[in-house]
Amino acid sequence: MSATFLHDALIYLAAAVIFVPIAKRLGMGSVLGYLIGGIIIGPFFLGFIGEEGKDIMHFAEFGVVMMLFLIGLELDPSAFWRMRKLIFGTGIMQMGATTLLCFAVLFLIGFTWQAALACGLALSMSSTAIVMQTLREKGLVKTQSGRSSFAVLLFQDIAVIPILALLPLLAVSGAHTSSAGHSSFMEGLPGWAQTLVLLAAANAVVLAGRFLFVPFLRFIARIRLRELFTAAALLIVIATADLMTIVGLSPALGTFLAGVVLANSEFRHELESDIEPFKGVLLGLFFIAVGASINFKLIIANPLTVAILVSSLMAIKAMVLFTTGKFSRLSFDQNMIFTLGLSQVGEFAFVLFAFISQLKILSAHWTDMMMGATAISMTVTPLLLLANERLILPRFGTKESAEEKEADAIDARHKVIIAGFGHFGSTIGRFLRANGVNAVILDNDSDRVDVLRKTGFKVYYGDATRLDILKCAGADEAKILVAAIDSPEINLALVDTIKKEFPHLTVMMRAKNRMDAYELIDAGVDNIYRESLDTSVRLGVDALIALGFRKYSATRAGQNFIKYDETALKKLAVHRHDQEAYIFNTREQIEIQEQLLTSDREANPTLSDHAWDSELFVEKSSRNEPKE
Amino acid sequence: MNKILILFAHPRFEKSKTNRALLKNIKQVAGVTLYDLYEEYPDFNIDIEREKELLLAHEIIIWHHPLYMYSAPALLKQWMDLVLEHGWAHGSHGNNLKDKIIFNTLTIGGTKEAYAPNGHNRFTIREFLIPFEQTANLCKMIYLPPFAVHGTHLLTEKDLNEYARLYQTLLEKLAQGNFDIRITRKYSYLNDWLAKETGATL
Repeated sequence: MSATFLHDALIYLAAAVIFVPIAKRLGMGSVLGYLIGGIIIGPFFLGFIGEEGKDIMHFAEFGVVMMLFLIGLELDPSAFWRMRKLIFGTGIMQMGATTLLCFAVLFLIGFTWQAALACGLALSMSSTAIVMQTLREKGLVKTQSGRSSFAVLLFQDIAVIPILALLPLLAVSGAHTSSAGHSSFMEGLPGWAQTLVLLAAANAVVLAGRFLFVPFLRFIARIRLRELFTAAALLIVIATADLMTIVGLSPALGTFLAGVVLANSEFRHELESDIEPFKGVLLGLFFIAVGASINFKLIIANPLTVAILVSSLMAIKAMVLFTTGKFSRLSFDQNMIFTLGLSQVGEFAFVLFAFISQLKILSAHWTDMMMGATAISMTVTPLLLLANERLILPRFGTKESAEEKEADAIDARHKVIIAGFGHFGSTIGRFLRANGVNAVILDNDSDRVDVLRKTGFKVYYGDATRLDILKCAGADEAKILVAAIDSPEINLALVDTIKKEFPHLTVMMRAKNRMDAYELIDAGVDNIYRESLDTSVRLGVDALIALGFRKYSATRAGQNFIKYDETALKKLAVHRHDQEAYIFNTREQIEIQEQLLTSDREANPTLSDHAWDSELFVEKSSRNEPKE
Repeated sequence: MNKILILFAHPRFEKSKTNRALLKNIKQVAGVTLYDLYEEYPDFNIDIEREKELLLAHEIIIWHHPLYMYSAPALLKQWMDLVLEHGWAHGSHGNNLKDKIIFNTLTIGGTKEAYAPNGHNRFTIREFLIPFEQTANLCKMIYLPPFAVHGTHLLTEKDLNEYARLYQTLLEKLAQGNFDIRITRKYSYLNDWLAKETGATL
């Protein structure tokens, strides 16, 4: 391991660790943090990394490769089939129109038609990495805008295969053969043959996925070595990527295909959890590399051209997206998120431009320009989304707070704030309302907010961790805050804000599971409600009943178990810190399970109703105790 | 100085004017623990060990409850069934409650006259309370006559205040040990003993 590798790793990781928390604290999201970190350490500011940033980018592109593998994994054919209309409808419309408009503009300013078309196709791509990461952080994946974004991105990801296959056909004949620097064996082939090879390679992955990977994984799984399975998962991803690179195809697409093929296999979840951490780190690295690769020299030399290029590009993309959103009947808010979210040029454009340049369709100067514009647009996106959330939507979209006619009456009655009104929160809200308690609701899904307002709920729209929104919702006067947001991270962030700004509020928190509850206990939350406790015990009680237990005994056993488990939770939460050796999440879970099972045995949480237990009485009486 | 534990059982306390009045002053009495059973155990899942500790920490226990169907609300019966365990509260080794004082404080809809051999309810309050009395006896405790508020629907605001003051006086006397067990046991209600002592007329 060379010193430079360690040195580079040190700089990249330090940049991530320093800038991402700052960005998160400022409410900007991790993607922007990585990008800014990259810009700062890049050759044009601190210069910690120089031109070799490009090499790192190639390495970090592997994060994108893994991301697509995971997206493929999540997309089993039945889900795909259900979304087919959305995917093809919005996808074709977005890509078609964007490509056409870009083509027209570029052709008019003097590009050859081949170059204009190639650029148009590349520029129509958006960034799956940025958009999905941002949507996930903001908890918007399940909203209409999230679904539409996913559909468009997916279509683009799929479309890269035929585009890569088509590009050689656009090459000015003979031109590409002169590039001696590249070693892909396809170099010497005529365009039509390259196209055939690409399609064959894609098919090869699908077939391998079905007939090679699954048996291979089964074999590895039987050996029962967890790290071997991780290694095997990585091997599949890397082997696929390598195969694709050899034939000159995008490795990302190869792994995406492999992911889709494996989505139906029994290893789906294991593969997901094994690849996920690698993907996260590499994707962060990728964003840093994008930030570092922005060619500021070029920008400073042609500030106007770059500015016009970026803004007109994003304007064209946004226009098309907004119209597409209209056609899929997105409400204004959702459409704005969709439009601005996807308005950048994505990471696949790097791949495509590299290929275009290699095929000599476009000059090196313009390739650099286009790549620069791509990187800038990626950097701008999180800022645009932030501006949208803070400035545009509050003014023109769904209002953060509903106009209230009985303003003074409301403050007195709304003592409860519910943050997050999905399945969990809405049940709470309905129950409270059935008992005459009208809670103030905070939610960040504008469609849901609209519906709720129509049905008479008082709803604030926006990110519940924001101080101004909490104030607006009356956190100063409220008594209870129910944190029922789906994402444990956002819930934790919310607790931090509440503890700091509104210490008088009683916080009642949803926790996904035991691990989640531990985090909350550490954060100082007293009222924790685990999704996996009451419901599970209720099922257990019904199971006992079905086995012939008396209902009341089973019910009491359930009550006792819950009580016992909550005590155990508090006890083990403290104990957890005694053992510092926890590294892996899963490992920790297993140890905790073990502790639980042991203490279950020691302090039997089952019934001990001596008074109702006549056996005990009979036993004692038979030992010649005087009868009362 | 006696410590008093009021085991209060009312499933609809928020609707009970009488009990609200009775309980509003008792925080001012030193040594009184008001323990709201329906608030502690909404699921009827009584923590037996905790209840035993509470009993041990007090010298005088009061079953304070409305009279429902000539008995206590279900949770108080549940409490009696579960907490007063054989071998702990009774039986040859069950001496933990020995010589503690216990009695009922009752709120009753019917008038005193209705609880008589020729009244509407055919039996006296003391007869209806025999299971409580004998439970106390079984646990080797000293059972005192009940403190009762009769005809709760007929009471005026002024009556309620009077009863509240009387209950407070009772608790103070008991807490200070300002009473003779043998004398109180001669009366059928603690109210009557108090009337004699303080000149109250309720």
